[in-house]
Formats: sequence, C-alpha cells, structure tokens
Amino acid sequence: MSSYLKSVDTDWYKQRLSGAMLWAMAGFFLLFTRFFYLQIIEGEEFKRLSENNCIRLQTIDPPRGLIFDAKGSLLVDNRPSFDLGIVARDARFLEQTLAKLAEYIQESPEALMEKIRSSKGVPSHKPVILKSDIDRDLLAVVEVHKFELPGVEVIVRPVRNYAFGSNAVHLIGYVGQINAAELKTERYAGYNPGDLIGKCGVESVYERFLRGKAGGRQIEVNATGRVVRVLKTLNAKSGHNVYLSIDQNLQEKAESLLAGQAGAVVAMDPRNGRILALTSSPSFDPNSFVTGMSRADWETLVSDANHPLENKAIQGEYPPASTFKIITAMAGLEEGVITEHTKIFCNGIYRFGNRDFRCWKKEGHGWMSVVDALAESCDVFFYEVGQRLGVDRIARYAKACGLGAKTEIGLDHEGAGLIPTSEWKKQRYGVGWQRGETLSVAIGQGFNLTTPLQMLSVAAAVANDGQLVKPYVVDAVEAGDGTRVYEAAEHAAGRMPASENTLAIIQKGLWKVVNGNRGTARIARIEGIHVSGKTGTAQVVSRKGSDSFRKIETRKHLKSHAWFIAYAPSENPVVAVSVIVEHGEHGSSAAAPIARDVIAAYLGKNQPVDEAALDNEVR
Amino acid sequence: MFDRRLLQNFEWRLLALCFTLGVLGLIALYSAVSAGSPAPQTALFYKQLVWFGIGSVLMILAFALNYKILDKLANFIYVGCIAMLGAVLVMGKYAGGSRRWLLLGPVSVQPSELIKLVLIIVLARYYSKLTKTNGYTLRELIFPAFAVLLPCALIVKQPDLGTAMLLILIAGSVTLFVKIERRSFWILISGATVLAPLVWFFLKGYQKQRILTFLNPDRDPLGAGYHIIQSKIAIGSGMLSGKGFQHGTQNVLSFLPEHHTDFIFSVFAEEWGFAGSVVLLAGFMILIIWGLSIAYRCRDPFGVILSFGITAMIFWQAFINMGMVMGLMPVVGVPLPLISYGGSSVVTNMISIGLLMNISMRRYMFDS
Repeated sequence: MSSYLKSVDTDWYKQRLSGAMLWAMAGFFLLFTRFFYLQIIEGEEFKRLSENNCIRLQTIDPPRGLIFDAKGSLLVDNRPSFDLGIVARDARFLEQTLAKLAEYIQESPEALMEKIRSSKGVPSHKPVILKSDIDRDLLAVVEVHKFELPGVEVIVRPVRNYAFGSNAVHLIGYVGQINAAELKTERYAGYNPGDLIGKCGVESVYERFLRGKAGGRQIEVNATGRVVRVLKTLNAKSGHNVYLSIDQNLQEKAESLLAGQAGAVVAMDPRNGRILALTSSPSFDPNSFVTGMSRADWETLVSDANHPLENKAIQGEYPPASTFKIITAMAGLEEGVITEHTKIFCNGIYRFGNRDFRCWKKEGHGWMSVVDALAESCDVFFYEVGQRLGVDRIARYAKACGLGAKTEIGLDHEGAGLIPTSEWKKQRYGVGWQRGETLSVAIGQGFNLTTPLQMLSVAAAVANDGQLVKPYVVDAVEAGDGTRVYEAAEHAAGRMPASENTLAIIQKGLWKVVNGNRGTARIARIEGIHVSGKTGTAQVVSRKGSDSFRKIETRKHLKSHAWFIAYAPSENPVVAVSVIVEHGEHGSSAAAPIARDVIAAYLGKNQPVDEAALDNEVR
Repeated sequence: MFDRRLLQNFEWRLLALCFTLGVLGLIALYSAVSAGSPAPQTALFYKQLVWFGIGSVLMILAFALNYKILDKLANFIYVGCIAMLGAVLVMGKYAGGSRRWLLLGPVSVQPSELIKLVLIIVLARYYSKLTKTNGYTLRELIFPAFAVLLPCALIVKQPDLGTAMLLILIAGSVTLFVKIERRSFWILISGATVLAPLVWFFLKGYQKQRILTFLNPDRDPLGAGYHIIQSKIAIGSGMLSGKGFQHGTQNVLSFLPEHHTDFIFSVFAEEWGFAGSVVLLAGFMILIIWGLSIAYRCRDPFGVILSFGITAMIFWQAFINMGMVMGLMPVVGVPLPLISYGGSSVVTNMISIGLLMNISMRRYMFDS
C-alpha cells in the first residue's frame, strides 16, 4: 500500500477535489435559478397555460404516395375525407352538445354517446371520431352551426382512393388501421394507434416509401377548444410514388377474361422478370376497406368459398398437372434415360404392379417421341420416363427450375409449393416412397404443388433459353420532386439444368402443343404469331373416383383445375403467361383461350386464328 | 474483519439521505402512474418498491465487503458487462424504438445502467496503479479511452445517444480530476476541434438531423420540442407551493411523455412547487457534497478516485435530467438517480452509494 504514496499524496487530491466542488456548486446554482425563473417569475403564465391544457398537438397526416402503372396511368391516389369528431372535455356540456349535434346530423344522441364511451384509449384532449367521411351537405350544416357546438371539430384527412376499384387489388393491396399487434413490432416503430398502413400487396411491402412523414401543429386553444394561436407548424411530407410494372390495359383485359370464374392469370416479360399483369379472381373492392367495412360485409368476404382475399397467383398452390411434364422431359433427356428419338408405345394404359395407370386418351396415342408426348400430353410416355428416373431425380430438376421455393417476387404471403422427395415423405408420413407414386409425380399430380407464378417462371425460363429470372412488380419509386429512390434491377435466378439441345427439344414440343395438328392447345393460335405453351388438367380427386365416400355439395367442386402456361412469339419471346382456372375442367378449353387473348392483347393482335382453317394447315 | 471501528464509522446520515430521496421518488412515481390515462399503471409502483428492496440488499453487500476487492475484480466485471451489452444488441428486448434490455428470467436488466459504475471502477483501478501529479500523457490515456469508447459504441448501436454521452462525461470528469498532462490536454482539445467538422462531413443526412434535434429540441416541434414545452408548463405551473399530491393536471392527461421515467421530475415539481423542487435539489446537493467529502477524507488513491467517480456519475445524471426537463439541456434518456422508475438505474445507484459508505467506513484501515 505504501507504494501508492510515492508520487501522489492525499493533499494533492484534496486540492483537486476543492476545484470539483466549486464546479458542482455552480451547477446546482444554475438549476436553482432556473427553478426560480420557471416557477416563481413565469409561474402565473405557465399556470394559465396548464389550466385548460392549452398547448396541444394536432397531427397532419401525410398524403400517401401515389401508385401508377408502367405507362403512367394513375391507379391509386388520395381524396379528402371529412370526419366529424368531438373533444369531450371541450364540449361543455357534453349532453347538450351531443343532443344538438344529433339533431343536425340525424342520429340518436345515445348512439353518439356510446361512441364516446367506447373510445377509452383516446386521451380526453384528442377528438373522438363520431362519423367518418361525411358528405358535403352534412359538412355545411355542421360548419354553419359550429358556434353552438363547442368541442365539435371537422377533421380533414387524406384517404386512399382506388381509381379502378377491384382492379389489380391483389397486387396493389389496400390500407387499413394499424392493429395492436402490429404496433408492437419493430417494423412499425414510430406509428401511432389509428394510423393507416398498407395491409397487403404493394401497399404493405412498399409501406416505408408510400407512407410519407406526418406533420403537425402546436396550437393554443381556448376553453371551448377553438384554436387561438398556432405556435409552430411542421408540414407533412407526402410519400413517394410507386410505378408498377403492370400495364393497366392488359390487367383489365386479363380480369375481364377471368370474370365469373375462380383462378389467376399472370403475365411477365420472360427476358427480365417484369410482371405485366397479375390477377386473381374473384376479387373485391379495396375502397370498402377505406371507409370501414361493416361486420356483415367482412364476414361474407372471408367466408366466400372462392376466397376473394387470397392472391391465387402467388398464394394458390395447385398440382401443376401436365405443365410439369416440361420438368420430367428435361430430367429424362438430361439424365439420358430418353433421347429425342426414344419412342414409347401408349395404348391408353400403363400397368404398374397390379394397378392400371391410365392415359387421358383412352384409346392411346400409339408410338410417342418426347416432342409428340409434350404436344399431345401423353401420360403413358411420362409414366415410363418417370419410372426410369425415380422421384428424387425428378425432384432435383424441379427444384433447380425454381419449384418448391418462393420466387421472391416481393409480395407478402407467397406460397412455396411442394416438390416431394422420398426423404420428405419419410419425414412427413413416416413411410417410405411407393414406386407407384413416382408415376403420379411424373405427370404433375400426387404430392406436387406449384403456384401459377412458379409455373410462369418455368415457361419464361424455357422461352429465355434456360435463364431463370426473378419476377418483380415495381419498376421504380420516385420522390415528389422526381428523383428516383428505388429502381428495379434484373436479378438472374440461376439457369435451368438443361443443355441447349434439351431446351431446343422442349421448345419444339411446346411449339407443337399449339401449332401441331394434334397439339392439345390448337385453340391458342394467333394470326401472325407463333405461340408455344403447355396445357394441364389438375385432378381435384383421383381419377378412380372417390364419390362414394365424399359428400358432394355441387358437382363443380369435383371438376379439375385447368392450366395453361405459354410464351410468344415462339422464335423471340417477349411475353409469358400462366393461367389457372379452378374447376375449369380442361386446360385446353378453359385456360388456353384466356392465355391466347392476353398474349394477343399484349402484342396488339386482337384476332384469334380461325380454328377450322388452321386445322388443315399442316406444318 | 468486520470490527467495531467499522460500525462506529458507519454513514447513517448518508443512508438516511439516500432513503429520503428514494421516498420522494416513490411519492412522485405513485402520482405519475396512478393518474395516468388511459389506464393507470400502479403495478409499476409496486415493481419499483421491489427494486428498492433488491437495491437495499445489494447496498448492504456493497458496504459490507471491503471495496479493495473491486480493485482485483475490476477487469472481470468489466468484461462481463461488455458481454451483456453485446448480448443486448443480439437478443435484447425491443421496446419504444430501441433495444436496451436483457431478459433474465422474469426481470429485464439494462446493462447500459450497470456499465456506468463498472467503468468508474476500471478507471479508478487504472489511474490508481499509475499515479501522477503532473498529469497523464496521451500514451497513458489510450487504455482509458478504449475502455470508455467500447461500451459507448455498443450503446450508440441500441440506439441510446444519451447514455453514451453520459459515459464520456463521467470518464472525462474522472480523467480531468486525475489530471491530463498540460501539453497532451491541448493536443486533445485542438485535435477534437479539427476532427469534429470532419466527422460532421461524413455523417449521413438523418444522423445530422438527429444530432441537431438533440442539441436543439425546437427543431422537432412534434416530438422533443413539444415534450419540453409541456414539461416547462408542468414545472412552472407548480408555482411556489405546487398543486398538491395527485393534483397535477399535465401529468393526468398524458401530456408528459415518459412521465414515470425521464420526466418524473416534472410531475414532482408540478405537484410540490418551488418548495418541493428546492428540497429535492438540496437533497442532491448534500449527496454530492457528501460524496466529495468522502473522497476528501479517503487516503487510498483507488478509494479517492472511485468515490469521486461515483459522485460525478450521480451529479451528471441529476444535473442533466433536471436541466433537460427545464429546457436547459438536450432531451436525452438520462434518469434522475433514485427518483426515476427503472430497476437497473435504482440498483446501480444504490450499489454506488453503498460503495461510498464502504470507502468512508474503511478510511482509517490501510490493509484488509
């Protein structure tokens, strides 16, 4: 311990401490004078200000960013909404004021009182909304009688206006009030109860761009709540504008084609992943969320058997059915279990073990090559290819083509689908893979599940000579002054595991689906343009039929889902389309014409080719 | 080891002062949480009582064991506390825009409170091992600078600018107290004046905004600026004798933000007026004088620097907090010692005062 005292003795510290003491006392003196100033000298003034809690904060909601389509048509903007509110503590006396107000706006005073009672969370100096979005007539009445109505306020705030109603609603989404659970999350730090946020779609994903920054006013009010003075104002900053990649005209066309049916249509530029149209049917009007929906309306919406709230294009998971044959063909060619010239005989039935697996064509296709099997969608051919490959090799190719995983399109709730493997089945069900199940997988039935968007990516990648691209829906985000704050960039998402040769064979098959004289989708031909595609018919129940033990409400629920994926022009593709029609029965009859019309509309060709005339045309 | 001389020298009056301040704090807290709309949060009051109980136990530990063992344990405690600060960033509880708490079973701990005391212990150890009368040179200040900047960086990440600045203030006070060599001092000062604009140049727009608002709350009329106005109205309207217990009006209407933590003094001053404010101010003043006199009477450099550091910590927190609610200081999240709600803050301050007692009790004992 003595070593401590070598250089520094306690007197030295004492001297330093005296200095510190002086500084501390100066600090306390400063605080003391401030107390004296605030509480004694200025006390009266502060007392007056505190009496009615005079200094208040009014928030100014920022106008949310606008949403445009690729060509600059305005899809979503804002309109002013006039809300009638009351600050309970300023409405002296509350009952009288409410009685008068009730008379002017023709509502019962009890109902109004109930609204105030049920608004427990609102501090008493903040207005309780009695009626939102009142019309101009009512507004005039209230403004005229303003002086008899202490505490009553008309609050103007911008609300969302979806110019095209239900159009592209699944892509754009809608806004709604933030809920208690969302308020607690880190994502919504800085939000307050009552704030509007994007609830789904682009409105939700691009929330941070669209929202803008709230402004506000510090105001001094008198005893009846009227503003005496505005102390400070901070203007709200409007949100950034979002430019979608979709084309409003094409979008409308796609929606009209799906009208009355449940399903989805997605179109994309295969070269870069720009989504050109994305629709899901049935849809709903997002404007009804803005003003507040009645409970009954909400119930109908959520209990609708066709799930209008679901975005079937990215959330709907369906067996890919025959569209999956693209994958099986690719795996077969790449693994060498078949070549372009391998022929397999189809007599309509494929016997495996003691079970018969049927081809959709009862009488059989005869000798089939891979190109013809794609064109005519022969099941037996692919049963055999599947059997040669085994499920795990098929799954490897499917996954490498982006199936079984999200495409990362940048929208919430995207489905990943499912690509079964023997290991997966073991884990999921505890039993090993049955070789017969491989047959179902090879033709896209069984456990296989894909979204329309995933199958669109497959079609696009075939069109794009094997290059997979990440789909996207927003081209750019611009600030109010026109500066770009975000710009879409192409993202390569890997290559299909297929050689040029293999791809050429598949492309030939898909070309023949539409253009061959026995192709399954001859209906999809367009004058002057070659379309390539693949049909699919996804069974809802097994073809063997399980009617006996299923309660059937309507026959419709047993009908198959119709698929068609396509791209055009075949030689130099600029558009790819994926269509699913739930319970549309056949891909060829229900889905292919929709894809055809979307392609024709996009390429500016409005005349489908006369079928009869084309049937005779031999390649 | 615990002989009678210790008991004779026990700081009863310091203990009484500490509990007086604690009771004043509880009174203000009760008023703040019971009247708050929309839902009273009286549970917070009882939680705070429990924390005082825990704090008292730890305080006894803090004065029962000879403080000189801290000299040996300093580095371990420091490393442990830094590890906790690191853990906060990874798995801390997120609340109110930042990540400051670690969940340890049923309690949440705020390591950024504990580090204040731990930093003082580490600095006291370093400076007492290397005593100098003509001040420390730049080379000798590298270790202390590192010791303070590491936790600061972790705390800024949370983000909690206020606590980081407070750490620098505390470390700076201790270092100035033990003296910086004259030439090194001027090099530091000129270095800082040259570097500040350079750093400013490299900051991003929103970071500049945050610092400007920090320095001038009026730039943020909807947030800090508004809170300061309401706080000044609350304090000023208390006038000479205050509005009376639970009769504050600013408090009731949730006009005051954080009314039970950082702005609790506004609640107190509104209800107890100038008279009450002066009593509280005097309480803190006596506490500071007491702390400095303990340092004055201590004869062991480690004890002197430790007691000085603790006193400086309490002073800065009290000064910044009261200055802030009266609109003299930037709006930062610095609690008022023993008054503001918050378990980690209460416990840290009670341990600190326990250490002051410890140093005072053992001032005649040279060997442990």
